[in-house]
Amino acid sequence: MLDNLQIMIAAPPITVDLVVNGILIGAIFALASYGMALVWGVIKIINISQGEYVILGGYVAIVLAEHGYHPLLGVPLAALLLAVLGWLIYRLVIFRIVDRDMFTSLLATYGIAILLQQLMNTAFGGGVRIADAGLGTRFLFDGMVAIAEIKIIGFVLAALLAAILVWFLKRSRTGQAIRATAQNPRAARVVGIDTDRVYAATFALNAAICGAAGALVAMAYTIHPYIGLAYTIRSFMIVVVAGLGNLVGVIAAGLGLGAAENIAAFLLGTQYQLAFTFSLLVVVLVTRNLRRARRREALQ
Amino acid sequence: MRLAQLAAYAALLAACAVAPAFVPEYQTQLTELFLFVVFALTWDLVGGQMGYNSFGNVLFFGIGMYACAVTQVGLVYDVGAYNAARGGGATVFLFDADQYLQGLMLGLPAGALLAALVALLFGALVLGMRGQYFAVCTLGLGFAAGEIANGWEWLGAGSGMVPPGAPDDFVDLGRLYYYLALGLAAVTFAFLGWLYTTRFALAINAIRDDEDKAEAMGHLTTRIKVIAWTIAAFFLGIAGGIYGNLKRFIDPIDVAFPSATIGVWMILMAILGGKGTLAGPLIGAIIFQITKELFWTYLLGWQRVALGLLIVLIVVFFPQGIVGWVRARPRGATAQ
Repeated sequence: MLDNLQIMIAAPPITVDLVVNGILIGAIFALASYGMALVWGVIKIINISQGEYVILGGYVAIVLAEHGYHPLLGVPLAALLLAVLGWLIYRLVIFRIVDRDMFTSLLATYGIAILLQQLMNTAFGGGVRIADAGLGTRFLFDGMVAIAEIKIIGFVLAALLAAILVWFLKRSRTGQAIRATAQNPRAARVVGIDTDRVYAATFALNAAICGAAGALVAMAYTIHPYIGLAYTIRSFMIVVVAGLGNLVGVIAAGLGLGAAENIAAFLLGTQYQLAFTFSLLVVVLVTRNLRRARRREALQ
Repeated sequence: MRLAQLAAYAALLAACAVAPAFVPEYQTQLTELFLFVVFALTWDLVGGQMGYNSFGNVLFFGIGMYACAVTQVGLVYDVGAYNAARGGGATVFLFDADQYLQGLMLGLPAGALLAALVALLFGALVLGMRGQYFAVCTLGLGFAAGEIANGWEWLGAGSGMVPPGAPDDFVDLGRLYYYLALGLAAVTFAFLGWLYTTRFALAINAIRDDEDKAEAMGHLTTRIKVIAWTIAAFFLGIAGGIYGNLKRFIDPIDVAFPSATIGVWMILMAILGGKGTLAGPLIGAIIFQITKELFWTYLLGWQRVALGLLIVLIVVFFPQGIVGWVRARPRGATAQ
């Protein structure tokens, strides 16, 4: 670990490489976490199966690539397919637990997550997969900094999708209904908004966001059937750090997490990257709780 | 009624004590069942009785398992060298009967104490959170522990660790662990049965019902919560030590810190039987173990899919559990 730290100090381009690559991946984390913020803020449930939608989206891109299509087509297709799946999951399970306590939603969605993991394992096999986008790598600083072009494209697409999403929520009628329901579901019902349909739309939209993010993950990174929970945890962490409805915070936290993970993986060894992510969640929550406790607020 | 219950539990215990003589083919499943009873009971102490729904109790289970195995090995050999050899290599690691027995007798308490210590240290930090923050934080703890063990070379990293083997002329190990597991389940059940008659149980129930009011009434809520979690961790630590030796192989993620299997199953068993009751987790564990074995027999290849579906179905449609359902029925009341 100290050896690697010395390498980082001796060769700043390596640090640049880690940070830039981390930020590019972090944009995808931020995009996925926006879905969790949406569901948490509007339906008031925490969905543990977020990460599985991401991975499913990734498999859409991989299957497309296998059939000779460009995996970038997987971004819209994954969004579409996952929207249908999200709507189905809402109609089958989620609407029954909307008004129940948080624990019920956590456990039920954890069950969905396990179900999807096993189905993906059966359908696509348990190995680590990647969708080859067939793009090159750009080198900076005499080849000390290597950036895959697909990561740059992923970054741009993630930013574009986030911009579309914000526009949709601010300007479209459905988006306005979603925001009204988030503010006060009862008042929304009073003015004639069908909140059940809003919830279904929100959940489908969330799954679509995750699916699109997942297609990008499969191209810029790797996926396997059991890695979904890491994305759920990352999303949760980003939303907790940023706060609900804080778009700038979500972006900053997402990019920061991506960079931090990359540096940690370099310092500790890649075998500890997930350990770092999960431990960071605990540290973030404990820190936040201690700060709240000092102000004598219970963390509800 | 109370006497009848005691008699029923005693009869159940006696039946389990003689069962291996009559149905030796179910000995392994029954051993696992006794450990599941411990999982469900200890989860329910914190989740059902105190209202702190932990997704990460496997943390203590895995710590107990590794601590026990490391103690067993470490008393005789160097742990790093033992794990590096992975059962092969030039050195042969043999344990004679005394060494094996000593290792086990020291390893199980060591696992329990280390697990309890971790609960004590983390408890004050983690139990300050409520609701979803506590649940997700403990979920992260369980997964973090698994990933750390997965990278830690001294513990065998991703290749896992094999607990010491017993000499050939040793007692029947299956039988030994059967009675250890049965004893642990009986002691845990009796201890919690006693605990739930004390004022401590009233305090943790008060925390579940309204923590702010409980604190306003003068309960030292943090201390009470940490004690409850530590008790759960203590018994889970012993269960982990037994489970590791029973499986004869400790995989860091699938056996020691299996958040997605045993970690969820313990919650499911408690809910299925009835959260916040003494008999509930016991009944839930029995029914769950039977269901799981049936799934493994008749739905091979799809058993984990079926279990995921089962979680969703029970949580969504049957949250009151068997005990809650039976209690609600005679009064003609609808399910809570």
